[in-house]
Amino acid sequence: MSRQTVLFDAPGPRARRNVRVGNWVGAVVVIGIAVFVLVQMNAAGQLRPELWAVVVDPDSWRYNFLPGLQNTLVAAAYAIVTSVVFGLLFGVGRLAANRALRWFSGVVVEFFRAVPVLVMMVAGYQILGRFTAVSGTAQLLLSVVIALTLYNGAVIAELVRSGVHGLPKGQREAGLAIGMTRGQSIRSIELPQALIAMLPSLVSQFVVILKDTALGYIIVYPELLRSARLLGSGAPFAILQSLFVAALIFIVLNYLLSKVAELVARKVGGRTSGKARANPAPPNAVTVPAVGGGGR
Amino acid sequence: MSEFLAVLSNYDLVGAYWLNIQLTFFAAVASLVIGTILALMRISPIPSLQFAGTTYVNLIRNTPLTIIVVFAALVLWPVLGVEFSTDFATNFFWLAVLALSVYHASFMCEALRSGVNTVPAGQAEAARAIGLPFLPAARLIILPQAFRGAIAPLGNTLIALIKNSTVAAAISVPEISILMKEMMENEGNYVIPIFLTVAVGFVIIVVPIGLAVTYLSQRLAVSR
Repeated sequence: MSRQTVLFDAPGPRARRNVRVGNWVGAVVVIGIAVFVLVQMNAAGQLRPELWAVVVDPDSWRYNFLPGLQNTLVAAAYAIVTSVVFGLLFGVGRLAANRALRWFSGVVVEFFRAVPVLVMMVAGYQILGRFTAVSGTAQLLLSVVIALTLYNGAVIAELVRSGVHGLPKGQREAGLAIGMTRGQSIRSIELPQALIAMLPSLVSQFVVILKDTALGYIIVYPELLRSARLLGSGAPFAILQSLFVAALIFIVLNYLLSKVAELVARKVGGRTSGKARANPAPPNAVTVPAVGGGGR
Repeated sequence: MSEFLAVLSNYDLVGAYWLNIQLTFFAAVASLVIGTILALMRISPIPSLQFAGTTYVNLIRNTPLTIIVVFAALVLWPVLGVEFSTDFATNFFWLAVLALSVYHASFMCEALRSGVNTVPAGQAEAARAIGLPFLPAARLIILPQAFRGAIAPLGNTLIALIKNSTVAAAISVPEISILMKEMMENEGNYVIPIFLTVAVGFVIIVVPIGLAVTYLSQRLAVSR
């Protein structure tokens, strides 16, 4: 954290004392808040051992957390593969020499980035139910995967585009100079480099996909959050505890994934003429936001 | 087409969108306030505050928003007794605002921090040179420039927040995605036009904001 030095110089004796005092005051406040929360939880009877016993019970894991986690991971895995395919197709489409193709890809990408994932998920479920024979869990899984693919695929398409734009111009010029067409230069010179440069951002986007699988809760796909809620809704009603465990699993998985992104960024840093960064924009929310400004 | 319009007129689409916009507005204000405090903590020289800020951001950013929303409705209110109103619907509205604020505060914080990065070191050095301690330097010199440098990421967080306001559906706040589901179930013949209507509504809300953010971030950037 070298930039911390921007706001304060190497402190003198008085500043060091102030920082020390501030540190203690800050620690007391933070710990005070934690204690207050625990006291409130205790007053509500939420620290009772039998409630926490529910979530460490092997049966809870066998029948709730692990099957839920499995459904979450299955949905995320499908969505990761399909959204990378979608992103490559439309990302290259946005770079195409053909103006109509470029325009079409642009409209598709901008549209699916502007529509909330949940809206696509709910609509996808209804449309599948009405126009196809898919039903039951397959219908739920498919709705989750389709919605995640359309949104994250559009974001990945932007990553592809900005990755190619981030390359030095000489790369393309060299390709054209040795007689390649525009398309050949994209395919065999620019795209491979852009892919390496965007690898860390891509992994960060997988965090978004994994997190957004939890939206499946709303259409009743039996993912981790749904199964945790189910566990918590039976006696002795350990809902706080089971949601806590579900959140913890997500946090650990996503934290590991973002560490992988950082690792990848370090590894591939010198292997491309473009820039490799772990975080594209703020690695947002139900997603990375964006829209409008796009890859600028 | 006219038949479809007649179907649409039976539902309060504008009212549902309005609920999303209200959720967004209150959550945007609250998350910007919390986010600013978190950003100050993270850039402050005090280790315990840095630690608390970093922990908040890392924990919340890696938790699905849906879990936070569900937690607010199923734990905060019934178990821990956090209640905003005795009216059921109003209470759930504010619980959703709370959850959206807590979640997006971490992104606002990171957006502001990236804004602080745009302020050259010389500015902070100059502030120190004229004898300003940390807080006045941050308030008078760093933050005003940081906010202008952070417009693009703050705007992106706002856009994400607009779209994420639909997640209030998880606790039955009757916003647009709930209305869309209800419409689709009632009007089976018009499933796809209904989706397109709702989707285009979001395009109409989100794209101009995206353009405005891009314009403002160029217009207000401190030229260096």
